[in-house]
This record gives sequence, C-alpha cells and structure tokens, in this order.
Amino acid sequence: MRRFDYYAPGSLSEALSILQERGNGCRLLAGGTDLLVQMREAGLHASCLVSLRRLAELRSIDFDEGTGLRIGAGTDMATIEAHPVVHERYRALFEAASLIGSVQTRNMATIGGNICNAAPSADSAPPLIALDAVAEIESPGGRRELAVGDLFTGPGATALGPNEILVALRLPVPPPHAGSVYQRHTPRQEMDIAVVGVGVALTLRPDGQIIQEVRVGLGAVAPTPIRAREAEDALRGQSPSEELFARAAELAVAASRPISDVRGSAAFRQELVRVMTRRCLGIALERARAS
Amino acid sequence: MSSVSITLRVNGRSYEVQTEPHRTLLDVVREDLRLTGAKEGCSTGECGACSMIVNGRLITSCLMLAPEANGADIVTIEGLAQDGQLHPLQQAFIDHGAVQCGFCIPAMILAGKALLDVNPHPTEAEIRRAIAGNLCRCTGYAKIVEAIAAVAEAP
Repeated sequence: MRRFDYYAPGSLSEALSILQERGNGCRLLAGGTDLLVQMREAGLHASCLVSLRRLAELRSIDFDEGTGLRIGAGTDMATIEAHPVVHERYRALFEAASLIGSVQTRNMATIGGNICNAAPSADSAPPLIALDAVAEIESPGGRRELAVGDLFTGPGATALGPNEILVALRLPVPPPHAGSVYQRHTPRQEMDIAVVGVGVALTLRPDGQIIQEVRVGLGAVAPTPIRAREAEDALRGQSPSEELFARAAELAVAASRPISDVRGSAAFRQELVRVMTRRCLGIALERARAS
Repeated sequence: MSSVSITLRVNGRSYEVQTEPHRTLLDVVREDLRLTGAKEGCSTGECGACSMIVNGRLITSCLMLAPEANGADIVTIEGLAQDGQLHPLQQAFIDHGAVQCGFCIPAMILAGKALLDVNPHPTEAEIRRAIAGNLCRCTGYAKIVEAIAAVAEAP
C-alpha cells in the first residue's frame, strides 16, 4: 500500500474540518473491508485517510415507536444482524446484514461503508431502498437528508460531496400488516457477491386483502441499485395473486439494465430478476399476513 | 506524515509500537512483535489466514490498519496454550487429523474459538458458517468441522 496521512479525529466536527482542509484525495476509513482492498488491488490512491473509528456517535442503533430506526453509519453488519428490532421488524435488512461476506467481514464492514462504496451489488442497498431509508448527511454547512435510493449516481459514485459525511440511516416504523425480505443469488452461500439482489417491503390494508404500499429494490442489475417503480405501481391498490406478482416481475425485468460479466450474463440476470421478484413478493406477502 | 505511536495488548501483554500508518495490524504483529502464527495469504480479506480476535471479535488483520487497533485487546494463536498445555481446540485439531499443511490452521482455530466463546454448543451448520471466511487449500474441512464439534460437545 502506498503511504498516506492518517487522522483519527475524536469528533464529527473535527473529522469534517480535516476533510475541508485536506480537500480531494481524502478518503473516510470505516471498516476498511472495501477501501483497503481498493487501495491494494484497484490502484486507488488516497493521500489522506480520515478514520471514523473514534466517533462513537456513528455507531449507535436506536429504535423509537414514533420515529423509527436510526442506524449510525459506522455500525458494523454483525451488530445490525444481532439487533432484536432489526431482526423482528426490518427483516430485509437483517437478511442482508447476515449475508455479507464472512464472520470477519461482518465484524468489520459498516453499513455506511457499504452504501458509500456504492457497488451496484451492495447487499444493504435493496433492503434500505425497499424499507424507505433516508440518509442523514453532515457537512460543515449543516445537515441534509436524502432518500437512500437517490444517493447512488453510478458504480462507486454517490451524491455525497467531498466535505460530506454520511452519519446515519433512518428507517420509518413499519406499519401494521407489513413484511419485508431480501434475497440474493450467489453461486456460493458465503463470501460471494450478488449476481442479483432483490429487496421487497409490502404492506397490506387492515382488511388484509389489498396491497396498500410496496417498494421493490434491485441490486446488481444496473449501474446503481435501483427501485422498480413500474412494478410497484402495478401492485399498489391491487389484490395479491400469482398473476399479479408475475406481471410485476415482468415490469421489474423491464426496469433492469444488467451487464454481462464474470458473475453472469445480462440474460441470466434478467431471468433471475423475474424469478426472484416473484418469489420475494410472495415471501413479503406471507410475512405481512403473519405480522 | 511520520509514524504514529500505538499501544496493543496482545495475548495479555502490552506493547508500545511506533509504526507508519499504512502498515496493517498483521504487519505489526508479525514483523514488530515477531508473532508469526497469523499468516498473510490473500491480503484482501478473503482467505482469513490472518484472522485475530480483536476486542472479542474475529477480524481479518490484513484489512485493519495498525493504528485502527490502537488500545485494542488482541488474541492470536500464540495466546491459546496456557502453561505448556494446548488449548482444547488445538488438541482436538491434532486428535482429529485436522491439520495438513498448517497454513490456515492458526486462524481456523481462532475462528472456532470466536464461535465457541459466544455459542458453546453450535450445530454443524453454525460451525460451517463460522469458518466460512477461512479457506483451507488442503481442503480438510470435514476434519476441521469435526475437531471444533468435538470441543463443543465436551462437557
């Protein structure tokens, strides 16, 4: 690894002022499981690393029945996976956190890092999109918020400015009769990267007969994680059925723009979107009925 | 930027180390502390041969910059045997023929220990998941799983 200057600020404001002083070439270091690999293998050169390790304020998970779940961006995947509220009420996020990498990866990798590295295949992205997560972003000028789905601008690129830090992700309280799921296709169960990932959150009306709200997030099928809005529109206000889910799955396929690469061809990925969207809608429906 | 001063507690012993910040915890433990049980395999967190237990959690030390471990409590394979007695996992690996070339074994044993520390009676599936981040290229996985399971079953 090439040399760099290293800072471990003790507060968010200190971290922000280092970013401002050092300008471009500065990278934030969270778990390191993506960044250090990029610096070693992919020729990324950072002249300066700002470690977030000492910022305890980035590592909290708080749940409130009124405001919902707030996850500090520096929270590692193992902590998210082990959180009882995430397990019970934000099932898609639990499933993503428990799939990522290995035990070692999950002990190090953070949810903020997974989002900010902005891999199209990032496992936390489809569930966060499906669960309507909002990113809290801090800069020397103050705090702004952005829907997680609007954060991604390209492979490895986000809407974050050079002086901004993603501090937390906020997820609303799931309404009654809601269920969510994340599934990915990988040749191996562990230590693999999604060929396709699908996250679905579905809410039924109180009578349990009609889909009141639904969100579908897709990973690894476009330059960024995406939302399948046409599929959602086709589902909303309808009575769930196999035919309806099959039609929504076709619309999800139409929304995807996959590439062919070492993990799978574009045609294979589209077939996976078809099968997995249908399957995930069915699982989210079952969970919504059971909740 | 010049070197930084860090404190590490490794296997119960405290060390003060001066290091350049681009060196990893693995570099410092192997080269400066001369504890060479942890191995450098892939350098990208995939093979798990560099695994250590840092503040109670299994991590890949090739992806942790040394200053990120400042103040941490670290366990490496060298810390397992006590008073000349092998740790039960070390003995079980020998008894079950789980060691072939040996390169992956220090980390494999630590992965087993990290599991048993929080889940003393894991299922076979839980054992397999716990060592999923540790590659053995001799492919002796069955005996490794058996060795960990034997310790888990011991009273």
